[in-house]
Formats: sequence, structure tokens, C-alpha cells
Amino acid sequence: MNVAPLNDDLRSLYQEVILDHAKHPRNARLVEQHTCKAQGNNPMCGDRVTVTAQVSDDGRLQDVGFEGKGCAISIASASMMTEALNGQTVAAARQLFDTVHDLCTGKIDAEAAKAKIPDASDSVDKLASLSGVRQFPVRVKCATLPWHALMSCLDGKGQMTTTEK
Amino acid sequence: MTSHPAKKIVPAFDVTKVRADFPILSRTVHGKPLVFLDSAASAQKPRQVIDAITQVYSDEYANVHRGAYYLSETATANYEAAREKVRGFINAKSVSEIVFTKGATEAINLVAAAYGRAFIKAGDEVVITTLEHHSNIVPWQLLRDATGCVLRIVPVNPDGSVDVAEFAKVIGPKTKLVAIAHVSNVLGTVLPVREIAELAHAAGAKIMLDGCQGIVHRHVDIQNLGCDFYVFSGHKLYGPTGIGVLWARAELLDAMPPYQGGGDMIDTVTFAKTTWAPAPAKFEAGTPPIVQAIGLGAAIDYLNSIDRMAAADHEDGLLRYAMTRLAQVPGVRLIGTAPHKAAVQSFVMDGAHPHDLATVLDRHGVCVRAGHHCAQPLMEVLGVTATTRASFGIYNTMEEVDALAHALIRAQEVLL
Ligand SMILES: Cc1ncc(COP(=O)(O)O)c(C=O)c1O
Repeated sequence: MNVAPLNDDLRSLYQEVILDHAKHPRNARLVEQHTCKAQGNNPMCGDRVTVTAQVSDDGRLQDVGFEGKGCAISIASASMMTEALNGQTVAAARQLFDTVHDLCTGKIDAEAAKAKIPDASDSVDKLASLSGVRQFPVRVKCATLPWHALMSCLDGKGQMTTTEK
Repeated sequence: MTSHPAKKIVPAFDVTKVRADFPILSRTVHGKPLVFLDSAASAQKPRQVIDAITQVYSDEYANVHRGAYYLSETATANYEAAREKVRGFINAKSVSEIVFTKGATEAINLVAAAYGRAFIKAGDEVVITTLEHHSNIVPWQLLRDATGCVLRIVPVNPDGSVDVAEFAKVIGPKTKLVAIAHVSNVLGTVLPVREIAELAHAAGAKIMLDGCQGIVHRHVDIQNLGCDFYVFSGHKLYGPTGIGVLWARAELLDAMPPYQGGGDMIDTVTFAKTTWAPAPAKFEAGTPPIVQAIGLGAAIDYLNSIDRMAAADHEDGLLRYAMTRLAQVPGVRLIGTAPHKAAVQSFVMDGAHPHDLATVLDRHGVCVRAGHHCAQPLMEVLGVTATTRASFGIYNTMEEVDALAHALIRAQEVLL
């Protein structure tokens, strides 16, 4: 069989860093002392992710963890999200949500994202690896699912959130 | 090898000829030849169906049952001819037993609403299985919420087979209706529907078969199947979307109240009282899917023009080959290995989520379905959140099974 070169779009979607987080997710646990908790649900594929966070009185995310079943993209996104958020303020988390959303839908590129939040440029660098989904419209929701769950978590909406907005 | 001159020589199924009838199969996707393995979701259409639809719109279109003019009469005749084609295809006794709907989902909702609300009361039981499609679960939940009837669920075995004995445990004097798939859209299981129908009837219950997959892969002789209601969608049977069929015994359709009210379903209307037209018109309120019905008729003509026995053998051969080839891919586990199966195969692969697999396969031109296949309760029973599913139609080839297996190996290179 002649082996064609690997498709570039696939290579940028399934980068090393994504696969690493998918196979070895960080903070893949529910935070016992959580102050908020929310579940995200993608009705198209049945993927689910639950996000828990402990938010301090002064509005800092002291601990963020998740539990879920999903594809490589959604698990990697959840894992990278928890890494990026631990220790951040709620306001910064919301800003990061917007940035990731724009990265995944192709509104901005990594450079523009970093310029937007220079304080978090290391995190943004990593999260930018999720932007490979822009070539795969149906997979954008996979990348944003944990972030939607995080937002409902922070908004205090404990109930299910879905990607079907 | 000895020869048997007396034996009739059955020509091998000519898949090349069949493929030539399906224009879409010659296109490429992402620069690769299209390998379409998602016919269980919706089948591709032969040129004969596409042409028939174009013909109606360009030459013979008007509303049906209304105008006293040539075009309306032609459209009405063509629409009713499609009904006759459906009748012949399933060997129903009369065209008045063939109700056109917009799809199987609407047909099941029709049964649940019209038959269910009239004949199923609080405490009565409706029996389904764990392998049902959401469209054969949710309408019964709505009926339960409206009437207080009870939903009883028959379990499936780990290999996807279904035991008649399990039905025997659940079907009883309270059972009013058994509503089950003829063939599972996830597992490919062909259910022992005739035996189950006997159990239902012995208990004085009716039985409805969701024939979405069954009619595609098996010859359906409705008078021989023993059911009371049979539903299917045109688009999985190589016909257009927007058309489905409810077949029901004449006496049931007569006894049932209408499903929706509107034009074309009445006898006379006054503000004091309206009387219904007889079936099937009673259940076809409003302008029906005229062109879609005619398109379905064309699909049936097409299927009648090929050797369906040979086509079924061909599909069974594809399934057997796919089961063997997939099982050889490292880390692949087949889901749905019942002894009686139609050409639908689900599987999971170690370390690769079905969604990621489907994305990579797509870039190799291979279309498969990934997800819960509208059967979330079944996924839970199987202990998975999703599967990848390859489903086969009359136009698929052994080479396409090979292409699937090769693409899976390539996917492992990307994902593992
Ligand atoms: C077994 C089964 N039942 C019901 C349906 C629903 O059919 P439709 O969406 O055409 O109404 C499907 C198709 O997805 C199916 O496979």
C-alpha cells in the first residue's frame, strides 16, 4: 500500500500537545471543596464533562478540576483549561473563555490572542494549539464544551449546559 | 469440480452496474474517492430517483386531490401510483392501509398520538427494548406522561441479540402495545419479530415495528410478518427525505381518530361537527409531500429492477467481510455480533474516541457515523458513550471495506 503523507489539517488538529493532554489529562478529578459545579453536554455526540472549581472570597480560582467522557479534543481542552485557570481570577477566566472561543472559531490567531491578554501569553500559547479545530467546523463544539461548562459553573448555574445554544 | 447443468445459474450481483446508477459515488472528498459507509443514517439516491423528482417538478407538478385540471389530475395519479408501489413492495392488502407521513418519526408519533391516546389508558403497558432509536422511545414517554401508561423495557444481550424469552417475561395482560425495531440501527440485530408478534397477540396486545432499517435490508411481506403497524422512512430506502410510511391494519386505521386536522382529511366540515374522510386520507391532513412520495415510488421501482435477493446476499457478504477485517485491526472491538444481523457494524477502538476516528477517516474519504446514533439508553447498557458505525448499502464494495480498515490503521498513526 502506498502511504500518502499525513493531511496537514489533521496534523494541526491532533498536535503532540493535544494528544498528550488527551491521554494524560491534568486535573482530571472533581474538586472536593468545590464552590461551584456544572456539567456540559454535547447532544450531538453524547459527550459530557463536569467542571468543578473552588473560588475564594476574593474571586480567585484556587482549584479547578474536571471529569468527563469525550473525544481527544474535548478532553485536551478541559485539561489545558484547568492548567491555565488555576490561580487566576474569575475575570481573567472569562477573558480566557472569550479568547479560546475566538481562537477556535478562527476569529483571531495566536498572535492577536496574545496581544489581547499579554499577562497570560504562556497560557494562550498553549491554548492556541486548540485552534486546529477551525478547519473542522463540527469539532469546534468539542473544544469549547469544557469552557461552556466552566462559564455555567462560574455563573452559578449548576444545571446542565449544552453546546446547543 | 463437477458441474450441475440442471442448477440455475444465478448471475453474481453486479455492484459496478449498481454504482453507476448513483451519481454521487463518483465524486471525491478531500481529494480521495468517496467511500460512503453511512447508509443507515440516510442512503444515497440513484439517478432514477433524481430524474423522477426533476421530471415531476419540470413537467407534471400541481397540488393533489384538488384541481379539476389536467396537471392536478396527473399529479394526483402519480401520487396515488406511488402509494400503490409501496403497497406492492410490502405486499399490503390494500392501498388504504398505506399512510404517507414525513418520515418514520412522524409515523411513530402518529401511532402514539392517534392510537395511543385513544386506546392506551393509565396502568396499561407499552413494551419497547433497550436498543430502540430515540424516535421509538420519546413518543412513548410523551404518551406515558399524557396518559399514565407504563413503559416496560426489554433488555438486550451483550452481543446485541434479543431473546424472545425476555419478551415472554414482560408481555402480559396489561400489555397494550409492543413497539420495537425490526432491525437495530446501532447493532444490526434482526429481531425475532414474528415470535414476538405471536406473544403480543396472545396477550391481546398490538405490535408496531420500526422498520427504518428492516425494510432496507430484508424482504418485508407485511401479511407474513404478523405485525399490526409498520413504519419506515423513504430516505434510507434510496428515496428522498420528507417522506415516510405508516402501514397499519385497515380495522386499526378505521378505529383510530385523526392525528392532525386540516384540509384533505375531512368528509364534511361544519362548525358544529366535522366528519372524517376514510383512511388513508384521514391521516394525511394538508398538502402532502407529493414529489417526495413520487420519488419514493421511483426508489421502489429501482429496487424492483435489481435482483434484491442477490443484493441482500451482497450486503451480507459485505457485513461478514467487514466483521473479519475490522476484528483484525489492533485494538478494535466489534459492538453487535448477534447471530442474525443486517449490514450495520458498530465498533470501538482502544485509545481513540469515535469522534476523532470519524474526523480522521473523513480526511481519507471514508464517511462513517460516530456518536450515540440516537440510542443513548443503549450506549449506557453497552457501557460506552459512543461508537463508530459503518453501515452498508447495495452499492458498497469489498474494496471499500478494505479502505475502511486501512484508514483505521492510518487513524491510529495520527491518534495513538
Ligand atoms: C431504527 C430507526 N428508527 C427511527 C429512525 C428515525 O427515522 P427518521 O429520522 O427518518 O424519521 C431511524 C433513523 O435514524 C432509525 O434508524
